[in-house]
Amino acid sequence: MTRTVLVTGVSRYLGARVANTLQADPAVGRVIGIDAVPPKRPLGRTEFVRVDLRTSGIAALIESASVDTVVHLSLVATPAGAGGRMSMKESNVIGAMQLLGACQRAPSVRRLVVRSTSAVYGASPRDPGLFTESMEPHETPKTGYAKDAAEVEGYVRGLGRRRPDLWIAVLRFANFMGPTVDSPLTRYLRMPVVPTVLGFDPRLQFVHEDDGVDVIRRMATSDHTGLYNVAGHGVLLLSQCLRRAGRVELPLPAPLLRYGGGVARQAGLSDFSPEQLALLAHGRVMDCGKLERTLDWTPAHTTAEAYDDFVRTHGDGRNAPVEALDRLTEQLRAVMGR
Amino acid sequence: MTGTDRVVVPITSDGEGHDGTPGGGPGGRRAHGGPGEQGGRGGPGEPPETEAAWERGLATGLALLRRRLTGAYEVDELGFDRELTDDLVVPALRLLYHHWFSVRVRGLEHVPDTGGALLVGNHAGVLPVDALMLGVALYDEHPENRKLRLLGADLVYQLPFLSHLARKSGSTLATPSDAEHLLRAGEIAGVFPEGFKGIGKPFAERYRLRRFGRGGFVTSAIRAGVPIVPVAIVGAEEIYPKIADFKPLARMLGLPYFPITPTFPWLGPLGLVPLPSKWIIEFGEPVRTDGLPPDAAEDPMVVFDLTDRVRGLIQTRLDHLVEERGSAF
Repeated sequence: MTRTVLVTGVSRYLGARVANTLQADPAVGRVIGIDAVPPKRPLGRTEFVRVDLRTSGIAALIESASVDTVVHLSLVATPAGAGGRMSMKESNVIGAMQLLGACQRAPSVRRLVVRSTSAVYGASPRDPGLFTESMEPHETPKTGYAKDAAEVEGYVRGLGRRRPDLWIAVLRFANFMGPTVDSPLTRYLRMPVVPTVLGFDPRLQFVHEDDGVDVIRRMATSDHTGLYNVAGHGVLLLSQCLRRAGRVELPLPAPLLRYGGGVARQAGLSDFSPEQLALLAHGRVMDCGKLERTLDWTPAHTTAEAYDDFVRTHGDGRNAPVEALDRLTEQLRAVMGR
Repeated sequence: MTGTDRVVVPITSDGEGHDGTPGGGPGGRRAHGGPGEQGGRGGPGEPPETEAAWERGLATGLALLRRRLTGAYEVDELGFDRELTDDLVVPALRLLYHHWFSVRVRGLEHVPDTGGALLVGNHAGVLPVDALMLGVALYDEHPENRKLRLLGADLVYQLPFLSHLARKSGSTLATPSDAEHLLRAGEIAGVFPEGFKGIGKPFAERYRLRRFGRGGFVTSAIRAGVPIVPVAIVGAEEIYPKIADFKPLARMLGLPYFPITPTFPWLGPLGLVPLPSKWIIEFGEPVRTDGLPPDAAEDPMVVFDLTDRVRGLIQTRLDHLVEERGSAF
């Protein structure tokens, strides 16, 4: 029997990629993609249905199509992306509640894969160097995206208790990175002069967009349950990221940066939130061994490769300090007669 | 020493280099224990002229600078920047180690050549200079030049500059998961179970070990199945003799103590210069944990017992070494 898969958030880049990949999977018979707005990219064989997750229309759709696999990818990261914080919260939390409620009532649903984020672990100086899935965050996220994701995970746990026959997997993704990723972090890393927290150099971990899509497809077509951290191998320090891209670093004391970030957010110049500021000071790295053992899979891109792929597309291909050093080296070589 | 010698002349942008083999590259590392590495290290194919030595040095320096500028170096998952540690942090500490404290080391044969081990030491001296010197001792004097991965208090990771410098030089938070991760990966981890109680104790109570907490370090060692090596460090107590503690200021600054020493804060920055005490670092016979039943890590009796044993071993050696050393300066 082939699967009927419902993918949410299909008008966004990740949703569209996942829908397209699932169509190509022989185990999948039918892919239904839903979103509140029409898709910007062609979805191929995916049947697009315009549904606002915040409404109850989703339950009827799942029932009429006898969906057996639900892939919930709709998670808005920034207020600007959803038209304000209130609407972002509604879309993330109320949307998830409606969807989970519909899954609970529909006997056809057997499999649920939910996209979450490493942001649920928070970022603090008391954090262990590596987070495993069983660890609780030192401070539960109090704002924004991370709080939404933590609440959604809570509702997913609730559903798991009420429907123990459901195979539920929650994927905690590190920051997505790659040529087409547009997130607060990639926008930050693309700034010509990048403000950083003075005296801190966080460890960052990325997952390449292709690996992210691959993991979701593999999870959707398997029946592994539980929480899984997802990231590329290795880490990059923020300073390394900036040097690799030839960006100019502007270290500012934390309070000044917090204030400046607030002003920029008010002015609509940036989406930078307090929890992202904590990430820029303390960093966050997950242990992804459980996922790799479970799926017997390793990500095709390391953290550094994912970042380099991003820089190839978005960098200006210049690195002034390195060019100056290379000129100096050339001159030295010439002087020394080599 | 099996790594193929890296050819130094081409200044390339590849991030490859420090491969973890001690003494792996001709110019990338100094000969441990002294500055005479220029002669006699020419591998096959290297020109024998002495003139080439400084050119080679220059090329190595430029290659290093380029790697740093392009970010093409590697740090491990916990943030350990091997290149920075090898080329900058350890050379700076080495000066202090050899010329200021003239540290004497014993019992290095108790630290395994390969595989994990947990070093447990006594803590003293207001600032964790003892931890740094322990690192240099292992790095320079152990036949396998083992790297010490320190387990530090969370305060370290709250402070600007210190937090990233600590991670880059190989330390991480003293938490069971990180300790086990390092030990299972075959690293040498170092821990000071007395914590602030030990490092901030008054001068009058020097070389009297404080309580060893709940023995979390023992649990981690049992879980990872690695030996515990007790380390007695003599000399750190005298570097900043803490004669008083200005508690109100400490509270204001969020620090565990604000030390008053004979020179600090009276002499300003000059008061930060540690007194040149005589040091002895002694590694004791390992306490093995691999023979214990698997549930021993959860058995408080076993854990407390081992904790006390390790503490007792260190105290005994400390008493002995202090007497043997005689005058502190």
